[in-house]
Order: sequence, then structure tokens, then C-alpha cells
Amino acid sequence: QASAALKEGHATPTELCQRCLSLIKSTKFLNAYITVAEETALKQAEESEKRYRRGQPLGVLDGIPIAVKDNFNTAGIETTCASNMLKGYISPYNATVVQKLLDQGAVLLGKTNLDEFAMGSGSTDGVFGPVRNPWSYSRQYKEKSAPKSHSEDEESNWVITGGSSGGSAAAVSSFTCFAALGSDTGGSTRNPAAHCGVVGLKPTYGLISRHGLIPLVNSMDVPGILTRCVDDAAVVLGSLAGHDPKDSTTIQDNFKPFELPDLTDVSKLSIGIPKEYHAPGLSSEILALWSKATDLFKNAGAKVIEVSLPHTRYSIVCYHVLCTAEVASNMARFDGLEYGHRSDMNKSTESMYAATRREGFNDVVRGRILSGNYFLLKQNYENYFIKAQKVRRLIANDFVKVFGSGVDILLTPTTLSDAVPYTEFIKEDNRTRSAQDDILTQAANMAGLPAINVPTGLSERGLPVGLQFIGRSFQEKQLLTVAKWFEKQVKFPMIQLEIKRHDHNAFQHQKSAFFS
Amino acid sequence: LAPWVPVVGLEIHAQISSNSKLFSGSQVQFAAPPNSLVSFFDASLPGTLPVLNRRCVEAAVMTGLALNCSINKKSLFDRKHYFYADLPAGYQITQQRVPIAVNGSLSYSLCIDNKMSQMVTKTVRIKQIQLEQDSGKSLHDDTRSQTLVDLNRAGVGLMEVVMEPDMCCGEEAAAAVRELQLILQTLGSSQAVMAEGQLRVDANVSVHHPGEPYGVRTEVKNINSVRFLAKAVDYEIQRQIEELEKGGTILNETRAFDSKLGCTVPMRDKEGKQDYRFMPEPNLPPLILYDAKSLPANLNHQQVVNIDWIHERLPDLPSVKREKLVEWYGILPEHSFTLLNEDGLTEFFENVVKQTQMKPKKVIGWILNDLLSYLKQHSLTVKESPVSSFLLADLLNLLEKKEISATAAKQVLAELWKGEGKTPLEIVKEKKLELLQDQKELEQICQAVIDGQENE
Repeated sequence: QASAALKEGHATPTELCQRCLSLIKSTKFLNAYITVAEETALKQAEESEKRYRRGQPLGVLDGIPIAVKDNFNTAGIETTCASNMLKGYISPYNATVVQKLLDQGAVLLGKTNLDEFAMGSGSTDGVFGPVRNPWSYSRQYKEKSAPKSHSEDEESNWVITGGSSGGSAAAVSSFTCFAALGSDTGGSTRNPAAHCGVVGLKPTYGLISRHGLIPLVNSMDVPGILTRCVDDAAVVLGSLAGHDPKDSTTIQDNFKPFELPDLTDVSKLSIGIPKEYHAPGLSSEILALWSKATDLFKNAGAKVIEVSLPHTRYSIVCYHVLCTAEVASNMARFDGLEYGHRSDMNKSTESMYAATRREGFNDVVRGRILSGNYFLLKQNYENYFIKAQKVRRLIANDFVKVFGSGVDILLTPTTLSDAVPYTEFIKEDNRTRSAQDDILTQAANMAGLPAINVPTGLSERGLPVGLQFIGRSFQEKQLLTVAKWFEKQVKFPMIQLEIKRHDHNAFQHQKSAFFS
Repeated sequence: LAPWVPVVGLEIHAQISSNSKLFSGSQVQFAAPPNSLVSFFDASLPGTLPVLNRRCVEAAVMTGLALNCSINKKSLFDRKHYFYADLPAGYQITQQRVPIAVNGSLSYSLCIDNKMSQMVTKTVRIKQIQLEQDSGKSLHDDTRSQTLVDLNRAGVGLMEVVMEPDMCCGEEAAAAVRELQLILQTLGSSQAVMAEGQLRVDANVSVHHPGEPYGVRTEVKNINSVRFLAKAVDYEIQRQIEELEKGGTILNETRAFDSKLGCTVPMRDKEGKQDYRFMPEPNLPPLILYDAKSLPANLNHQQVVNIDWIHERLPDLPSVKREKLVEWYGILPEHSFTLLNEDGLTEFFENVVKQTQMKPKKVIGWILNDLLSYLKQHSLTVKESPVSSFLLADLLNLLEKKEISATAAKQVLAELWKGEGKTPLEIVKEKKLELLQDQKELEQICQAVIDGQENE
């Protein structure tokens, strides 16, 4: 829509950019952005405007403001991974996905907040503080929360975004950008998408380049796409997917960007409902919503069958071993020698390394490094790492079997519950939280499959709940087509943000208001 | 006293001769200004990924084939973790689980005595060849308590060639390495110059009594030439024997060869052994190689390495070259060794042979005895020789045509070394070294001499 408006001249890229920048300022309390690149964004908007005036926009994304999670390298703009280790680090190169967006004329507004080095499921454990879910400030949430008159309680009642791409999800949800990049290793794009009521797409592993994405788990990471609707996700996917010679794990086959058909007939679809995803701790609300969704498909004529992914329950420990092992390895480069934080300790190289890493990393990161190194020790390698690899294969095979038996798409919940208040979330430590929250999203990363969160409805507390579709490898078109159909059916309500803007007293945001 | 059996194995790192590094596009060049050949990946900037260099793979395949190895059609990359200033990523990418080539052999020759009159051929088994990254260089400045790190070398491609402990002394180790050097240089897969760090040799040495199990071995590093390799190995063997005969024990340690003192000294202070926490390299899929049979029709041939294609294009290896020299020119096998051992000497010899009527069997004497000893005396390479093959051929032709004697020829050669630009013929005329062929003239001279004697 925004793109069409730009094309037709109803709005200009600079206007769009300025509105977004202004909104970012008004929503600063959300703490969604670590860095706002105001100057460069305006310049990019200007350039885009020139192109529109000449009638030569680069494409649908030309002039569209976007945000990028702060674990993607952006040349000339600080990339911190929300860690002391990279505070002040200005990368000399753009991640491939960032470059692709810029080449399409997108306007990079800034870098969004996350859990430190993408480790976490709340976006609460970064050095720049936690991200607040914009829905905390929605009329929908306020109406449902216990009536309080003090604004103080509003402060303490805010809910988390989920993580680790919480900043990106919040940015999209609060209208400060039209699309954002996140990353997804165990659910880090889908989880916050569900909590913030936006679309969160995890593409198939190998479809989108990881070059420039600071890795958590190289064999599971993918760049994630957060947008307000499925069509937008398809557009962004189209501009990002494809072989990158700089990333040897991207597929060689040519990728053809697609337009999503408007599916009307789902009778040929076979939807699988994995019974293991009725996980312990799944809220009754979400269970009910999931059930409603299955009925929706049934009533529309689709075939809905219960399936089994028997190794689902092993995925948490398996993930824990493989993730920490790769983390221990990937974090070995942070020694303060070439870039990033360097401790003042200079008695010896070893002591400098040790002090730098102690000062630069938070407990979560250090904990995972320790675990990972333990699992990689010669005496443990066979029993932990190799075993976990085998279990991973079993988990992946579960999906192969199910998809091989005629099921097209799987439908599952994305999260166990709606977003919890921050004060409650932090009562449990990061590891416990991650283990709990990742259960519904992890397996897709293990198997490298594409998956998407579609906002489905509001919980009793007035907060978003999403459902997840998991598709076959490289069948994003089918996945997104079904997701789009579903999105149309559920008509997820728009957030009614109540925030004070500089120039107005109170501001109720409506999509069309943008263009009036 | 019971005899000792020394056992020597070698781990050789050969720098691959390529334009760019193993996993990144930065240039490979010796002695460039510090940190001028470092890409983002080499500096381990976060988010960078390795991309395999095709030329390095081909170099490893060529070397594997030349060493009679089985080339693994599927090989894997791993991370080997340790912290060190010259290893920016905190790990080295290597091939620990499944290397690119295994189970080969290298034949080399030794002289039985010092006179090179009897040569014997030996074989050493090649355990494997693996591709791996080189590290950067660190210079420790103790006066200022700092370490200077140069990453130019970080990421350069290496072939690690592991030779089984089939050798028994310094001479064998040196001969094996020398032959490997020649092979690598012939293939062009590595320039293998030890002085420039393109070939690094670590020796594993142990001793035991016949019939008993192998003894504890030490690793000897910091060996900078083939000559020092022989010295280091022999010293270490001797040291171990003396230690054991004293009743002492050998520690499984790493020792450095001190070339000035001619001995080995303990090196790394290893508190216990390092656990390298090997892990598969997740950013590199398995390396798949093809041969003519397995090559799929539709694959882009730019993306594919074909073992058979490389095999067909292998140049003549040194052993083959030597056989050919012996066969074609009728020279002795030990002559062919010397010819190949000196850079450019074979070419020189062949050029002389082409330009002279003298039989190669005779030419070789002049090449090896006169030319080579002169060059050695003055520390010159064949390329730096003041006497060109043309001049030498010229000289030998005079000798062959009996215009001068052998003694005279040697005199002319001595003049030619001065490099004053005179031709052999000019020197002969100058010094009146011509052989008199005329019978009558000779008689006259002899008569004159006799007459002269009589007059006294």
C-alpha cells in the first residue's frame, strides 16, 4: 500500500521517512531501536524521491522505511548485538540482506534492540535494556487490565515483546517502519512476532544469505522477516532470497520471486496438526484458538489430520547441546584484538583475552560458551555433540515422514501463552525461559524448514496471539499462500496505540492516517 | 649394549601456491607490508563466512595424485579451537575427520656412501594430506612487553602432508623432504622454499629396542632448512639414546631446534595437553570431487573439480624425469639426481648437449664436476652462472674437435669464469692454447727442444 502511494505520488519518501523518524522519537520508551540513523535515512529518502520524480523507482521497496536487527552488519552504522563486546563497533561492510534492501531503494531507519547476541526469548537481556511490547500501550490491553488510575502501574505493567528479535517486532508493530529484519535460530523471529501481533517469517535454511549476520548457530540461523501482513513478507522475501557466493550454505538453484495468489479454494489442502505441539504449559486460550483455526480449515473444505512428530520432546535438549557448542565456537573470535571491546588488562595476551571476554559478555553468553566448550571436549564429544546431531536427524526425519505422507502444511501454536509482564518474565532466568518458550518453534530450525507466525486473535488480556504454519523445504510460495488465506479469514485487529506525540496531544493511529 | 632403533615421522606444512587465500579473496604474497593483505574474513570480523578457493583444492588433488594417494571424493572441514594472538577467529579451519587425500607413498633415494656412487631407493608412506588455514605471525617484543601481530599470512592455504614414521635417521628425513620439495615445485602446487616459510617441517622422533614397542616421541619444530632437518633429527635421536641409557625418561614434549647450537631445547610450556574441541565447520558443506565416471552431465564445470582431468594433466614427476634423463643421455642415475636437485641445472645440461657434438656422457662430467663445483664455491645459482650454456658448449666443441687438450680446456674455463665476455676461441688464441695437430710442426718443436738440451 505504501509503495503504491509512493508511486502515485500521494506521499513522498521523505515524508514517509520523516513520519517514521518522528514516530520513533514518540515511541522511544519502547526501546525498540538501539541506533537511529536519521541522517543517512533522510539522504536515502531524498535519493528515492529523486527516482520517483524521474518515474524510475527501483522497485516496490524503493523509499520504504525499514529497520534491521542489530546483529546484522551495516556499513558505517554501529552494530552492537546489544553487547558491551561490540559497543561502538562500526562494521566496514553491509550484510548481504542489508545490501539487497538498500539496492532496492529501501530506507534504513536504524538498528533494533535484541537479547545480547540473540540469546534469549524476551529481548530483555541486552545491554541497552529490555524492549517493551507496543501492545502494552494499546487501548485493547489497557481496557482488559485491572482498572488502575496511576500511570505508575502502566509503567510496571508493560509486557515483553518476546525475543530475541523483539526490537524489530516492536518497530513493525508500532508503525515506525514497514518491514524489519530479524534473525531466527530457535524461534527468534516468530516468537516476538506472535507477541507483537505481526507476521514473522522464518525462511528455509539456505534460501537467504547469512553473510553479514553475526552468527549464533551457523547451522540453524536464518534472517527473519517481520511485516504487518503476509503480502509484505512475500515482497521482502522476493528481494532477499537467492544464492550468495559469499555464503556457501545458500542453495545454487535460481530463485524466482513470486506473487502470492489469492487463494479461495482450500479443499485440495491437507493440514497436519502435530499432537506433540499440545505442549505442557500451553495456555487454554491458545489451545482454543488453535482449535478454532483447525475448524476454520475444516469448514472451508480442507483436509485436516492429526499427525505425530514423535521426537519433538527431545528438541530442547538437543538444541541446547548443538546451540551452545556452536556458540562457544563462534564467540571465540571476540578477544579484543582486532575489533570490539578490549580490556585495559595487559599483563599478558591470555589475561587480556580473559578480562575482555568477562567484561564484554553478559552471563547468558558466558554460560552458553562454558556449556558449549564442555560438550566439545574430546571426552564428551561423542556422548553429547554427536548424539545431539543424531537426534537432530531424527527430528528432521519426523517432518520428512509427515510431509511425505501427503500433508502440505502443519498448523501449530507459536507460543505457549500471550506476552507476560516484564516483572514476571524476569523471575525466571534466561536459560529456563528459552527452554520453555522455544519448544514450539525450535524444531523448524533443527529441520531447516520454513515457518511463519500469523497474528490470529487477541487474548483475554487484550494481547496478540499468533499461530504458526510450517511448510516444506523451499516451498515458501505454498506456505505464504496458505498463510495469506488464513490472515484474510481471521482479520486480526489493528493495534490502537495510545501514545503522546510531540505535536499532538494524544494520537490514535490508523493506517490510513498515514496518508491523509 | 642393545641396539637402538630410531623412528622418525614428519608433519609437513606446504603453503599452496595460489593468488588468493584458502577461504577468502585476499592476496597471497611473501614479505608484504604488515597487515596489508587482510580481508574481513581473515580478520575474523563477525558475520564473515569462508568461501572455498578452487585452486587450493586442485593443488591438493594434484599433490595427492603425485603421492599415489586415494583422493577422497567427499572430504569434510572442521574447526580446531585454541586461543592465540595470530589466530583471529579463535579456531583454525582444517580437515580432521576426513581429509582430501589418504594412503599414499613417496619414494626417495639415498647414497650408500658419500661418493654418490651407489644409490638406494626407499619409500615412506603418506598417511594423509589435508587442507587447512595458515595462521598469522606474531612477534614478541619483550622489551616493550608487547606482541606485534601481522595477519598477512592468516588464512593462506596449506597442505599438511603427514609422513608415517618409516624413516630412521636425519639423512632419510632430509632426502624424503627434498624429494617432496621437488615434486611440489614440479607440480607448481607449492613453491616449497623452506627459507620463505613455504615449507615447514616438524619431526616426530622416538627410539626403542628392536622387538619392543615404540618409545615416547618428541616433536621437533623450528627447522628452517633441509640441512638443519637432518641435524635436528640426528641430534634428537642421539639425545634420546643418551638420556635412556643414563636411565632417564623421554617426555612427550615439543622441542625447538636451535640452529646456532645445533641442539634441541624444550619449547612450549604445555600444562597438560590441549583439547582442541574439534567441531564440524558448519559454514562449509562437504567437499565433493568428481571423476569422469561420477561427473553429472548438467553441472556447471566451473563449480566442479574433476580428479581425472587433473590426473591427465600432471607433469612428469622428478622420478620420471630422472629416468628419462638416464635413458636419453646415458648418464648415471646419481647424475640425474644432482641434475634435478639444482634449480635450472637440468635445463643448462640439456642446452649444452643440444649445442655440442660431445657425448652427453662426457658433458655431464663438465657440468657436475667443473660447473657445479665452481657455482657452489661462489654460492651462485645456475641462473647466476657467468658461463652460459652457449659458452660452455662452445668450449666443449673445441675440445671435441681436438683443437685443444682437456687441460687447456680447464684453463679456458677458468678464464671464462671471470665473465669478461671473451669467447672460448678468443681465450685459446690469446693464451696460445691451441693443440698442434700438424705432425711436422710437432717434430720440429721436439727437435728444437732436444737440440736446445744438447747445447747446454
